[in-house]
Amino acid sequence: MTAVPPPATPSGPSLAADHELAREPRPPGHEHGELALEVSDLWAGYPGQPPAIEAIDLRVPLGEIVGLVGPNGAGKSTLFKSILGLVPSLRGEVRAFGQPVREARADVAYMPQLEEVDWEFPVSVNDVVLMGCYQGLRPFGGWSRANRHAAGEAIDRVGLGAFANRQVGELSGGQRRRVLMARSIARGSRLLLLDEPFAGLDAAVQHDLLEILDALVQEGRSVLIATHDLSCVASCSDDVLALNRRVIASGSPAAVLTEEVLSLTFERHLLQVASFAPQFAGDHSGHRVAVHDEHRHGE
Amino acid sequence: MIDWILDPYQFEFMRRALLVLLVVSVVGGVVGTFVVHKGLAFSGDALAHSTLAGVAIAFVNGANVGLGALIAAVATAIGIGWTQRRGRVSYDTAIGILFVAMFSLGILVISRRTSYTPDLFSFVFGNILGVSQSDLLGAAVLGAATLAFVAAFRRELIMTAYDPSMAETVGVPVRFFQYALLVLIAVAVVVALKAIGIVLVNAMLIVPAATASLLVRRIEQIMTLAVVFAVIASVVGLHLSFHANVATSPAIVLVACGGFALVLGLTARRRAQVPAEVLATPGGGA
Repeated sequence: MTAVPPPATPSGPSLAADHELAREPRPPGHEHGELALEVSDLWAGYPGQPPAIEAIDLRVPLGEIVGLVGPNGAGKSTLFKSILGLVPSLRGEVRAFGQPVREARADVAYMPQLEEVDWEFPVSVNDVVLMGCYQGLRPFGGWSRANRHAAGEAIDRVGLGAFANRQVGELSGGQRRRVLMARSIARGSRLLLLDEPFAGLDAAVQHDLLEILDALVQEGRSVLIATHDLSCVASCSDDVLALNRRVIASGSPAAVLTEEVLSLTFERHLLQVASFAPQFAGDHSGHRVAVHDEHRHGE
Repeated sequence: MIDWILDPYQFEFMRRALLVLLVVSVVGGVVGTFVVHKGLAFSGDALAHSTLAGVAIAFVNGANVGLGALIAAVATAIGIGWTQRRGRVSYDTAIGILFVAMFSLGILVISRRTSYTPDLFSFVFGNILGVSQSDLLGAAVLGAATLAFVAAFRRELIMTAYDPSMAETVGVPVRFFQYALLVLIAVAVVVALKAIGIVLVNAMLIVPAATASLLVRRIEQIMTLAVVFAVIASVVGLHLSFHANVATSPAIVLVACGGFALVLGLTARRRAQVPAEVLATPGGGA
């Protein structure tokens, strides 16, 4: 039997080669159409206010990383929260592994932004990561040996082994993000929702985090990342969804991270984007992309 | 010295005072740790003052005064929780309004009585020596219930306090535990009410836990140390008041505050130092 070359990722090897962190080929299986997360026509927002997000369609296939990009206020966090049921959805459907998210709770891990968390509360890194292992109300319940093992492993994985007993308030911003990342990993979920995991990290730590994400996906986990860090999305995502209250475009990184799509997505933030976009402008290798018509008309 | 310590306990009211203060110290230290670390000091004070309405109404109608205080405090706790979730004015403003409304109601009810009401004033300023056998029993039962609840749901209470969004996604009934914490504070206030008094009861929640927080960094350690500090302040204050013939609850509170000031001074130098490892690790400067 002759050796079979590894299957190409949907985004194609040419894009990966352009970036310092080349993606390894994924294990087969994720192309069979099974979905970790499926969001259909989701409208959501806070009561008494206009919807913060409208008509969102989003699919995270098993074993893939999907990046969600958009400016501040585009509704990235609201989308996460409505997926998780923290913000009421007005219309539409969300399913994780074919089930309503509430029923798939054990299989979904959520990493909020730093501001959601009370960092002055007197808990240690280990205490926080153990929270990821919570499986439901159990009076007088404690953490099992398996929980402690999972937490310890997750802490080592994000490189915080020396800080396990440190009070979280003593950590820097980058370390705090890694604590929340470890908590998501310790949960052992097949789907991770990470809200701005790269913000405020220096390049070396970002690189470490990208490697961790890649390893998680190799284990068959699926990841949805919200970020405004375009270079991280470009180097780690299988698919990208550009969001600004509505889906502006979705598809492979090369197809979505174009000047046209990004300027539609980021609007006033155009100047910052312009300096980023040219590195993708030359890539016209037939990647799938869907730019919604109404935004084209708006040009 | 031995006499100084043991003499007071030949009197039954002093033995009862000591026992009720032990209950107050344990409950205050444990619940107070949440009060200090969730910034609920003002809520604690509001809950304490709101009890006057319950105390006064129960007193005038010849009902159980402790029960009146409990109902008023729990009702106010639920009111505070409600404004926290959906109030249209700021949180502390809403608490301030609840606070003065309930306290005014209490004074109003009392003012209708023309006769002198020393029993009511013992609730305002505390009357440790007037603690009856049934007061002690009531405090012990409420205290045990409070501690049992915290022990049973410590994970849920901590997760709700630390990161409510994530807690909700993994199945913690966050709203229930946000209300539960306020009710726990209300119950802790009622436990200490007769001994310490409405005006000073908040001190038993805040001062020992705040002192402990200067020394240790984990919630279980803070709770334990807060209980130790509360017991020390209670016993020392009780003896001072006995031998110097001064009011007990301010003596206890002043000893506790003195302890806080002492620890604050002793730890000031240590606090100023930033741990070197924090700056030296990857991402540490981020």
